Amino acid sequence: MKTVLALLLCASGLLAETPSAIAIRNAKVVPVSGPVLQKGTVVLKNGLIEAVGENAAIPADAWVIDGEGLTVYPGLVDGLSTIGLPGFGPATPAAAAGRGGGGGGQRQAAAQTTTPAPFARGPEDRPQTSSWLRAADQIDASDRRIETARNSGYTSSVTFPTRGIFAGQGAVIALAGNERAGSMVIAAPVGQYVSTQPTGGFGGGFPNALFGVISYIRQIYLDADQYQKAKAMYAADPRGMARPPYDRALEGVIESPRILMPGRHFVEIDRNILLAKEFKQSLVLYGGHDGYRAADLLKQGGTTVLVSLKWPERARDADPDENQTMKEITLRDKAPSTPAVLAKAGVKFAFYTDGVEGRANVYKAVRKAIENGLSFDAALKAMTLSPAEIFGVSDRLGSIEKGKIANIIVTKGDLFQDKTEVKYIFVDGVKYEPAPEEPPAGAGGRPGGAPTTPNDNQGGNQ
Amino acid sequence: MKRFLLSFAALAALSAVSMFAEVTVIQNGTIITITKGTFKGSVVIRDGKVVEVGEKVMVPPGATIIDAGGQFVMPGIIDCHSHIAGEGNINEGSVSVSSMVDIKDILNPEDIAIYRALAGGVTSANILHGSANAIGGRTIVIKTRWGVERAKDLVFEGATPGIKFALGENPKRSGNVQQTPGAANARPARYPATRMGVEDVIREAFNDAKAYQADWKEYNAKVAKGERVAPPRRDLKLDALVEVLEGKRFVHAHCYRADEILMLIRVADDYGFKIRTFQHVLEGYKVAKEIQQHGAGASTFSDWWAYKLEAWDAIPFNAAIMQKKGVTVSLNSDDAELMRRLNTEAAKVVKYGGVSENEALAMVTYNPAKQLGVENRVGSIEPGKDADMVIYDKHPLSNYAKVQKVLIDGKVYFERDKDMSGRALKDAEKKKLLDKEKQEQDRQRNEQKKNAPTRRPANAE
Repeated sequence: MKTVLALLLCASGLLAETPSAIAIRNAKVVPVSGPVLQKGTVVLKNGLIEAVGENAAIPADAWVIDGEGLTVYPGLVDGLSTIGLPGFGPATPAAAAGRGGGGGGQRQAAAQTTTPAPFARGPEDRPQTSSWLRAADQIDASDRRIETARNSGYTSSVTFPTRGIFAGQGAVIALAGNERAGSMVIAAPVGQYVSTQPTGGFGGGFPNALFGVISYIRQIYLDADQYQKAKAMYAADPRGMARPPYDRALEGVIESPRILMPGRHFVEIDRNILLAKEFKQSLVLYGGHDGYRAADLLKQGGTTVLVSLKWPERARDADPDENQTMKEITLRDKAPSTPAVLAKAGVKFAFYTDGVEGRANVYKAVRKAIENGLSFDAALKAMTLSPAEIFGVSDRLGSIEKGKIANIIVTKGDLFQDKTEVKYIFVDGVKYEPAPEEPPAGAGGRPGGAPTTPNDNQGGNQ
Repeated sequence: MKRFLLSFAALAALSAVSMFAEVTVIQNGTIITITKGTFKGSVVIRDGKVVEVGEKVMVPPGATIIDAGGQFVMPGIIDCHSHIAGEGNINEGSVSVSSMVDIKDILNPEDIAIYRALAGGVTSANILHGSANAIGGRTIVIKTRWGVERAKDLVFEGATPGIKFALGENPKRSGNVQQTPGAANARPARYPATRMGVEDVIREAFNDAKAYQADWKEYNAKVAKGERVAPPRRDLKLDALVEVLEGKRFVHAHCYRADEILMLIRVADDYGFKIRTFQHVLEGYKVAKEIQQHGAGASTFSDWWAYKLEAWDAIPFNAAIMQKKGVTVSLNSDDAELMRRLNTEAAKVVKYGGVSENEALAMVTYNPAKQLGVENRVGSIEPGKDADMVIYDKHPLSNYAKVQKVLIDGKVYFERDKDMSGRALKDAEKKKLLDKEKQEQDRQRNEQKKNAPTRRPANAE
């Protein structure tokens, strides 16, 4: 399989040679799952981490990078995004025509898997639902945000469709420049994205109010429960029993191992914890800025949180004379302290970019949490191992351990600093060089995101 | 020995509880009990409950004293019709029967209207779905416990939940959005568009509910016999209506005209359920006898009329007439602003209808408590009841009366003096935060300037 991939890459002229192994030696290694190695070696082979240690053996045929003065971190994981689903904005659910790609990146505009149902008369019409939609089936390797994120040190993302009440199922994907989107998928499905935002207007179909949305979600879980019971009975003995009608909306809900619900403000956090408990669903909240007030609730419920890196800010063009509420001022002041409060309380959380793009912006946002009391280690964990744990992939992702996926980054200087230079990025063991933060406008010919071989670099190969 | 120690510890713990039981005594006030007369005296509160009311009471040692000298103490006001404390739209107006939605799901303890209602003496409120649907959403009774963080702590524990019905113009017009036929955004008009249709929608919904109830009964009977059957679908919309049929959920019906009131009584009789309260019920005075015979309460406005055609026949004597015919009458606000001064709404009934002062105050305290089925808990000042009370500086029916303190479950939730004196502090706190933010912004701007590459000619090197 690997050979096929390598051949394909050769054919497309992206790779001249593929080293069978890569070793980074004499580097500071921050595995996240264990103690820091001041002078360590990391060996990558066949897309996996072959060895980590102070005296890890370097295979004879390995290309070696001298890591003197460099630091190796696990690749960052964006805890929630739509990366790989280009143009995933608020509209009716759309799906790509087929899986597997093959069209050389430029996919046709997605075909509808569902006819839009603009007017729903109740929960039975399954309004604003595409729970069956799988991110894994929709990944488009040509999404420019893959490279942008990778340049910031992200090597994987948790990608979800986000349109509608039950938007669909997420996937953990590697931010590789693969021709075949399927090989980018690390795990799927990893959950169901749920929004409680009513989109129907008055006279425009059910539901048009927040409590309508909630009642719909509740009805779906009641229906799913009954559906499963009826299906199990029918499977056990179909004779003499009317067959339960197939319902793709319920199928999609049932096969999701966890649900993502908004937790943007305290009342919403409280409400959705109670709802997920009622629905017997494992809950991951997204938003989380008000989390500093809710640490106890989150801890008690064992709820995990995806904290948005888009800290609340006053609009730049806001009227300076405008009277602001104490609530909004306090939120702006306290939101960046949420990660520190959650870490102290032992609530598992991960960061997600929430639209913050570019290395400088992402790192600045992380530093804001650190300036507000979060330790560097905790911040790093919230961008590596924690998202992997939250989505059940910590056995293959999120730290530098033998046998895990070779998603690592190598920096000059500590991570998250203004001047941090990300020197190498490895995704599935394939090396990428980060583009400069602001690519020159005229450089049209540069092949975006093309993997490079280590001997292109001064890193040296022996 | 160990056991002895343990029991000793238990004893100590017990005595600690009784020693530190929270006891408050309101002294020297004019106590308007509503049910047991009005007199100068005191109220003793222990652990959130009234334990003694009288001209002379025993003041337990260590009690917190509230001096109400020259002031008036009455039960907290209860608003039987309010739409505060909800997040988002309170009308699921997309459908004509929205009994699947529940106000309980969107309670928002941070709504400032709660504090304002509290500051107007309101301690309990019936929070209703809007009136866009023949059968609206589920409703809930709250206490105005401003400051609690969690929505569940607003709920009046043990109060029977309700459901909103609506008759007349609102449910028949809400679905008929003005639009150009054939336009891209054209929506099917919502049924019903007439009063006949409103009745039909309610009847059809209860037909469905009865069939649903029967399905579940049949299923449970079959399961009991050991038969192998798949369960019927749970339907949240019909669940609420079955609860109405079983008397577990109160119907609060928005209505204006006499004909529609009589219609709903007929429908309820046909299907075997009760209307708990008619809300607004502006022509109730025309059919007070029928309302009384059905056993329904009436929650009306004091003196609003002619704001739309179906309110044309409203009169300010409505409450008084219905009361005289034996109907339990309350006065409601339906509005976050009016909610702050329901005491003067009660005064209007004295002016227009000649109702006694005590009866008028009962219309915003004891009567709404009865309508909500919580009269054993609140609505009057009596031993055993929740210590929900409001203290006015003047007689509560006076225009000049200002709320001084409000207690819920014996705890002071509003204090006028504290509110007034706390304002400067709040402003200072706000300024401090804004200054801090400004400084941080300036610091970042300077840093950016420092780090920005200095401009130089391209060939300088």
